[in-house]
Amino acid sequence: MQWQPSASIATLKNRAKIIAKIRKFFEKRQVMEVETPTLSQATVTDVHLHTFDTTFVGPGFADGKQLYMQTSPEFHMKRLLCAGSGAIYQMSKAFRNEESGRHHNPEFTMLEWYQPDYDHMALIDEVDELLQVVLSTPQCEIITYQHLFIQHLELDPLSADIEAIRKVALSYDFGDFVATESNKDTLLQCLFCFVIEPQIGLVKPIAVYNFPASQAALAQLEHADKRVARRFEFYYQGIELANGFHELQDANEQLERFKQDNKERLKEGLTEQPIDYRLIEALAHGLPNCAGVALGIDRLIMLALQQKHIRDVISFDVSRS
Amino acid sequence: MATVSTNEFKNGLKLMFEGEPSTIIENETVKPGKGQAFNRVKIRKLITGKVLEKTIKSGESFEVADVMECDLSYLYNDGEFWHFMNNESFEQIAADAKAVGDATKWLVEQDECIITLFNGNPIIVTPPNFVELEVTETDPGLKGDTAGTGGKPATLSTGAVVRVPLFIQIGEVLKVDTRTGEYVSRVSK
Repeated sequence: MQWQPSASIATLKNRAKIIAKIRKFFEKRQVMEVETPTLSQATVTDVHLHTFDTTFVGPGFADGKQLYMQTSPEFHMKRLLCAGSGAIYQMSKAFRNEESGRHHNPEFTMLEWYQPDYDHMALIDEVDELLQVVLSTPQCEIITYQHLFIQHLELDPLSADIEAIRKVALSYDFGDFVATESNKDTLLQCLFCFVIEPQIGLVKPIAVYNFPASQAALAQLEHADKRVARRFEFYYQGIELANGFHELQDANEQLERFKQDNKERLKEGLTEQPIDYRLIEALAHGLPNCAGVALGIDRLIMLALQQKHIRDVISFDVSRS
Repeated sequence: MATVSTNEFKNGLKLMFEGEPSTIIENETVKPGKGQAFNRVKIRKLITGKVLEKTIKSGESFEVADVMECDLSYLYNDGEFWHFMNNESFEQIAADAKAVGDATKWLVEQDECIITLFNGNPIIVTPPNFVELEVTETDPGLKGDTAGTGGKPATLSTGAVVRVPLFIQIGEVLKVDTRTGEYVSRVSK
C-alpha cells in the first residue's frame, strides 16, 4: 500500500506559497474571506454535475436527513451577497462525483469570488490580474464564443441549426453519437473540447465570453442579444481554468432554469435534484448587481509548477486518500 | 447480455464496438466544468487489428465482448484448418486462415500459441514471441563475416523469409522474433 503523498513535499511548499499569494491578492482589494457549508440540504440541478450525498442523523432528524456535498460554494455565497456582505471570496473544497482524471479529482480546491458592481467584462480583467500575479502571464486575449467558432470552424454557433453543426462535427469522425445526437449544445461542446480548445490559450490565457444562452447556467442574458449569456471561461495551455458570470438576479428566471434542468434530468434518465429554495428566496429579496467566478486552484497550481497531472499538486489524490 | 458503462472503461477491456469485438487501448475523460463529459478512447478492433480514435458521450453503455484468451499448442494443418490443443484438457480447436493470418509462417508443432476466442470461436492466433526454425534455403555464405553488412535473405522451414547474417548456412536452426520478424541468433544443437 502506498502511504506516501501523491505530490512531492517541494511541490506542496510551492503550493502553500501560491495560496498565500492569492489571499494577499484579495486582502489588498479588500475582498472578505468567507466560509460556507460543505453539506447542504439542497443542491445544484445541473444535468452534467453528479453530486455526492450523505445522511445526517441527529437531534431533529432521527430518521435521517439527506445532505449534499457542495459542487461549488455559489449558492451560499450568493445568499451572503443578498444579506449585504459586499465583495467576498472563498477557497474551499468542492465535490463532484464521477470526475477523475488528469484534470479532475472528485474533491478539489475551488477559489470563488464575487464583486458587486462588476459585470463579466470587469471580472475578466480581475481574473487576468490574478493570473498575471500567480503565473506571470502576459495580458489575456478576450474573444466571444461566436467568434472563436467562426475563426476555427467557419461555423456560426448562434445562427446555425443542429444539422449544420452536425455536418461540421461529422467531418471530424468523433464517434457514432454525432449522427443521432439531438442536443445542439452537446455537439457544440464536443467541437469546443476537441477541436477548438487544443488550439487556444497556448501562449497566453484566453477569456471566452458570451456563451450560447442555452449554456447560460447562472448568468444573465446579454441585453442586446438574447442568444448569448454573460458567461465567460478562461483557458490556458490546454486547461479549463475558470468559469464566471455576470450573475442572474431574477429569482423567477433562476427558478425556471432550475426546473428546466430537472426536466432535462428526467429526460436523460437521471433523478431530479431538490431545488435550493433558500437561494430563490434570497434572490427574490435582492442580489446586488455583481459578477462572480470560480477558479480551479489545483489546475492553477499545475500551470504554475508545470505539472501534468492533478495528483502531482494535491497531497493525496483519490487513489491514495 | 452484460454491458459496461464508460465509467468502467480501462485498458484491455473487451467490448463490442461498431458490431465488432474490440479492446480499449487508451481512455481519457474530458469534462468541461459546465457541460457534457466525453471519453476519448483508442480502440483496437480485434479481428482486423484496426485502431480507431473515438469520442464517446460519458454514461453510454456497451455490450461486453465474449472474448477470452487461452494457451494452446499447435498440432498440424490439414490444408484448410490449423489445429490446436489444450495440453491439460486435450480439447482441440480448429482455426481458419483468417484467424491464423500471418502467424502461419511462425507455427511450429508443439509450440504454445495464444488463441483469442470470440463467442467460443478462434479469431486471432498469436505465436510465441520467439520461435526456432531451420534454414531450408539461402545463398552460400562467406566464411568469416561476423559484422552484419546488410546480410542476406534466408527461407525457413515454414516458408518465412528473414534477413540473416552472411555466415548462416542451410540446415542451421535460427531463433527469430515473431513480433518483428527479425533474426535473433543461431541455436546450437
